Amino acid sequence: MTEPLSPPKRKNPLARTRRTLLPPSARSRTAHGLTLAAAEGRFALQRCGECGKFTYPPRDACPECLSSQLVFVEAPVGGVLVTSTTIHVTGDSYFREHMPWRQGIVVADCGPRIIAHLHADCTDGERVNLSLRLDKAGQPVVFAAPSQRASNMQDDPALREMTADPRYRRVLITNGRHPATEALVRSFKDAGATSVFVGVAEAWKPLAGEDRLGAIDGVQLLSLDLTDQRSVFNLAADIAGKVDILVNTADHVRPVHLFEPAGTRKLMEAVNATVAGTMNLAQAFGPAMAGRGADGVNSAAAWVNLLSAYALANAPEFGAVSVSHAACLSLSHWLRAELRKGGVRLLNAFAGPLDDEWYQSVPAPRVSAGQLADGIIDGLRRGLEEIYVGDVARDIRARLAANPKALEREIGR
Amino acid sequence: MAAPMVRKSYSGVVATVPVSIPYERYSIESAHWWIGRALRALAQGAGISHREIDGFAMASFSTAPDSAIGLTQHLGLSPRWLDHIPMGGVSGILSLRRAARAVQAGDAAIAACVAGDTNQVDSFRRTLENFSRFAQDAAYPYGAGGANASFALIARHYMDRFGARREDFGKLCVAQRTNALRNPNALMKKTLTLEQYMNARPIADPIHLFDCVMPCAGAEGFLVMREETARSLGLPSARILSTIERHHAFSDDAVQYRGGWARDIGELYSMAGISQDAIDVVQTYDDYPVISMMQFEDLGFCGKGEGPDFVRSHSFEIDGSFPHNMIFWGETT
Repeated sequence: MTEPLSPPKRKNPLARTRRTLLPPSARSRTAHGLTLAAAEGRFALQRCGECGKFTYPPRDACPECLSSQLVFVEAPVGGVLVTSTTIHVTGDSYFREHMPWRQGIVVADCGPRIIAHLHADCTDGERVNLSLRLDKAGQPVVFAAPSQRASNMQDDPALREMTADPRYRRVLITNGRHPATEALVRSFKDAGATSVFVGVAEAWKPLAGEDRLGAIDGVQLLSLDLTDQRSVFNLAADIAGKVDILVNTADHVRPVHLFEPAGTRKLMEAVNATVAGTMNLAQAFGPAMAGRGADGVNSAAAWVNLLSAYALANAPEFGAVSVSHAACLSLSHWLRAELRKGGVRLLNAFAGPLDDEWYQSVPAPRVSAGQLADGIIDGLRRGLEEIYVGDVARDIRARLAANPKALEREIGR
Repeated sequence: MAAPMVRKSYSGVVATVPVSIPYERYSIESAHWWIGRALRALAQGAGISHREIDGFAMASFSTAPDSAIGLTQHLGLSPRWLDHIPMGGVSGILSLRRAARAVQAGDAAIAACVAGDTNQVDSFRRTLENFSRFAQDAAYPYGAGGANASFALIARHYMDRFGARREDFGKLCVAQRTNALRNPNALMKKTLTLEQYMNARPIADPIHLFDCVMPCAGAEGFLVMREETARSLGLPSARILSTIERHHAFSDDAVQYRGGWARDIGELYSMAGISQDAIDVVQTYDDYPVISMMQFEDLGFCGKGEGPDFVRSHSFEIDGSFPHNMIFWGETT
């Protein structure tokens, strides 16, 4: 059984912060089929489109029939751990800091034999469940865990390297006026976060639910205006070194018609609130987080962006939201590439219209704040890069994969 | 499919002038330097100019960015038969059987087979990191244990399945060290006891320090030519009775417990016209002792799964009941 994680000790101010080292990150282009599945938390392997045989490692020709139609499809997760080893010595700097390290050979129920990272509870000869994970370098790896769940499984040290579990971590929610704020705060506290900082702009304006937020242990409301670079840097100077998970809730949902005279100005307001806000955050908090990717139990672990699913395809009714969030999506890829060097993940949480006043005109199904918060916690616990919360977001994701043109034509109807 | 053809013998072809350039743990020199030294030793040993060598098989992991063709230019060779065999431990036998056929067919008169690698500080780690696409995608990122971890899995599985114990592997390692001490070029100069073997630090369970291959720099080589050529040069030589080569056999086995030998052993002995009883010395590829044990089984010295008992009932020193891995042909140059 897994030892429960111990709360981190108070940091010794004289101790050097460990530099983030990354596991070996070279992969073939074909192997990124696994990356795609791992980023969304699916277990997918190549399956031959002609003979139907599952194959692994990723190949460019089927070893059974030499077909080149090898497609990554969802695969059964079950398997048996046939043998394992505990590595004590490695030439690799990252793994050196994590010795000893277990690996084993799993015979998957669907056929292939797979070398996998092992959860400490795995026993030779026993059944395991396989999953694809993104390791500290953001590259796809197979992880095997006992098929029987046990307590504290999530605290396994190897697994924690591949996830961004909020337990014992400190969280910054950047825009306290986002309708999901209270749900997010509660979910993070329930998930074991030590403290939650909530940024609030224009403190003179009343904040919905302020009393309730203030009453939660470990929650601090702090002045933060994402559109004001000085405000962002001021807060970063105070707390950037103790933000382990940053949840960027910058948003600005306003109805804008493309042909209205004020359209350009309104679009720029949305861009300022979201894109410039995210850029300011990236500049102020990004370097500190990227420098603390290996800082023990409460290392910097993840950056979360809340994005509208309309970032993936422009919904004319919310055209300005689509434009600004599409720009944020692109910015997130830029930021992800920088954070990855520091072993910090970036999770984009795509949601359909929220159940709030700005989406009043949108029919059900809409996304509740609780649903969004639960989705984000789950995504962090699994170390994902993309989650789609709610039926609308999942529908858009599926249609985008199937036929982007059909999505473009239909999303406005 | 047509009936399997009986393979042609290697009659008329010999291997000669074995050379070994004494190994070093680390070297500041390049693989080219090591291969050059081996080639020079071959030419000197044969009493010819290296320019008379018209066939060249090169085995190395560390000549990048050069392949064999780059080495021909580097070393002033102008071969009419050229092969590059970057296949690690099997390169020796592969080079031999390819060169033998080339000489037999007249494609080359004198073929030099050379293996050489350098080992610079940190070069081995980089070799592991870039070993193969499958290693890169599906093995190395899992703890970066390199060959130690891969063979640990094989050894653990073999031990569980056939009852081999660490002591059995240790017996092979100790005997091999004893044999090596009689080779003036050996890199390891101290005796190894079973106790030291057992108490060595763990590397990747069940692999401990003295199971491991040690990266080092060095070069080996031999010439392949017609028997009459060797005779006219006054060179002692060895004939080749039989060879087999088989890659990636039994790929459906969940964990490897047998190798390609098991598939082709019948042909090995039938082509040679002898049985295993007639063999005086056995050299196995000993990347890890479990692989030596596997070869005893797969080459027919005992049945599958009997490797541990075979090891317990034999001694493997030069004067033992089963002389094993006792290279000391090295000319000290």
